[in-house]
Amino acid sequence: MAGQEQQHPQSRDSEVDEDIPATPPAPAEAQASAATQGVDDLLDEIDGVLESNAEEFVRAFVQKGGQ
Amino acid sequence: MTARPERAPGSALPSGGAMRVMGSETEYGIHAPSAPGANATMMSARVIQAYAQVTRQRAAGGAETRWDYTDEEPLHDARGWTVERTSADPSQLTDQPPVLDAEAIAMAYGRDELDHDGDDESGSLLMNMVLGNGARLYVDHAHPEYSSPEVTNPRDAVAWDAAGDLVVLAAVRRLAADPTLPPINLYKNNTDNKSVSYGSHENYLMPRSVPFGDIVRGLTPFFVSRQIVCGAGRVGLGQDSSRPGYQISQRADFFEAEVGLETTIRRPIINTRDEPHATADKYRRLHVIIGDANLSQTSNYLKFGTTAMVLSLIEAGLAPKVEVHEPVAALQAVSHDTSLTATIRLLDGRRVTALDLQWMYHEAAAKLSQDAGVADAVDGDGHTHAVLERWAATLSQLDNNRDAAASSVEWLAKLSLLEGYRQRDGLNWDNARLGLIDLQWADIRPEKGLYHRLLSRNRMQRIVDGQAIARAVAEPPSDTRAYFRGRCVSSFSKDVVGASWDSVIFDVPGYGRLQRVPTREPLRGTEALTGGLFARHHEAAPFLAELLGLGTTPPPG
Repeated sequence: MAGQEQQHPQSRDSEVDEDIPATPPAPAEAQASAATQGVDDLLDEIDGVLESNAEEFVRAFVQKGGQ
Repeated sequence: MTARPERAPGSALPSGGAMRVMGSETEYGIHAPSAPGANATMMSARVIQAYAQVTRQRAAGGAETRWDYTDEEPLHDARGWTVERTSADPSQLTDQPPVLDAEAIAMAYGRDELDHDGDDESGSLLMNMVLGNGARLYVDHAHPEYSSPEVTNPRDAVAWDAAGDLVVLAAVRRLAADPTLPPINLYKNNTDNKSVSYGSHENYLMPRSVPFGDIVRGLTPFFVSRQIVCGAGRVGLGQDSSRPGYQISQRADFFEAEVGLETTIRRPIINTRDEPHATADKYRRLHVIIGDANLSQTSNYLKFGTTAMVLSLIEAGLAPKVEVHEPVAALQAVSHDTSLTATIRLLDGRRVTALDLQWMYHEAAAKLSQDAGVADAVDGDGHTHAVLERWAATLSQLDNNRDAAASSVEWLAKLSLLEGYRQRDGLNWDNARLGLIDLQWADIRPEKGLYHRLLSRNRMQRIVDGQAIARAVAEPPSDTRAYFRGRCVSSFSKDVVGASWDSVIFDVPGYGRLQRVPTREPLRGTEALTGGLFARHHEAAPFLAELLGLGTTPPPG
């Protein structure tokens, strides 16, 4: 489709943020280091979210066939 | 902001890159913890019913529309033959409306079930809806399934796939608010870890002229390896999870064949179902059944974007010339190797890693798209550049910075959470808590789903923002026929009696019979072509009259 590059602005609201940055907004290394620091926090939060009685909950999750 | 070449409305998409007509299908795992014996089909129907109630409040006249089955051809094989109905597995007969009428429910569950189910006027539960965003929501076997509207690029594929999670979330909320019914949980995953798997499918439009053998050869090494980018991760090895451990893919252990028509038994790496849902001599709809359902937007984005680019390679005859020895075993070996160091034997004797294979495809795709002029950051097609960049960045991180990859690659994000628990609490892989974390990762409720907890802490990267996904719940994509379907459903729902991928059926007063509007060309029916028509008419009769070229009044009945 080269040869028809008539440039025009985005017309759809949903594509305003169309550009995906080649590098993420925060450098990956910085994110990773923040991730390590926050891991205890995160596990504490998730402790409070997890269903109680893991064994029984997992055992009861039985599905019928699918594609 | 990316500049885009102007295209004439309805014309072909830029070729050679990541743009293509595509869509997703998600079967959700379904579970009512307080009613463990509840029938899965019945619960799935309740989910559909609940969403019908949600949309009835949103759209005047009711937004629900029945699905029309006349175009379904599940037994057509892309290799050129049709399976006899009598020799097909019953689960393959997806063209027959799943009838769950009042009588059937009464026989199976007793009359009491009927009293509080909100059945519609005809006395049957709604099993199948066409939504205002152009999607289909229905009961497939024993799961609720959302099939996204057709989109033209991987970014929209992520938005309208994630919209499906919000659609079923709205249904789950409604059911939870009804004290007469048990709450229902839905999970965007692919196995119960007890030998059962359910699918997450992708569909890609291709020219029929591409030989199917080329598709099989070009895609198989790619499908064996792409899970390292888009696998969702799974606790447990083997179909029944009988061996403790962690693997990259939800689905890999359930695949048993290289090529085939089935989707529920003897699952093949390349599926040959040939229902184009479009002009059959021009197009095939490649039905991909090997993917995991993705919550991670990056994994989902790369799943659609890189696969679309590999199909462009196959169409151009430029797929890497590699053939994997025993691909089914290789698929599982890759899935079971979270170190990403296992090697796969190629037929020419070389041994390569899954990362090596992905880099070969990346290099070929980058070259083709640059030669085709679609890969430029400014003058390209607006999508291919971003897919190539993110694909390369992800492969590099998988190779040398796994902590960084854990904020985008789903199986690594889940693994890093599980490893946190293993280290803190000294858990072995067969501990039930790890199984629960795997399951609850996929709970679609933001307050309970562990992916969503990570997302809310900005530990998962986004491709589309929450507003764009919320819009995609109610609005169709503007640039495919899904626009026409969705707008018909949301604007004229009381006069639309059925719809399918390639038609919308009206029953309008003044017309003597039903009017079936065919939509066989996926890139027509767009906002550019039909937006004016919807703006001009707020009643179905004059809308249809102009559309069918009948002037402004219906013909005499």
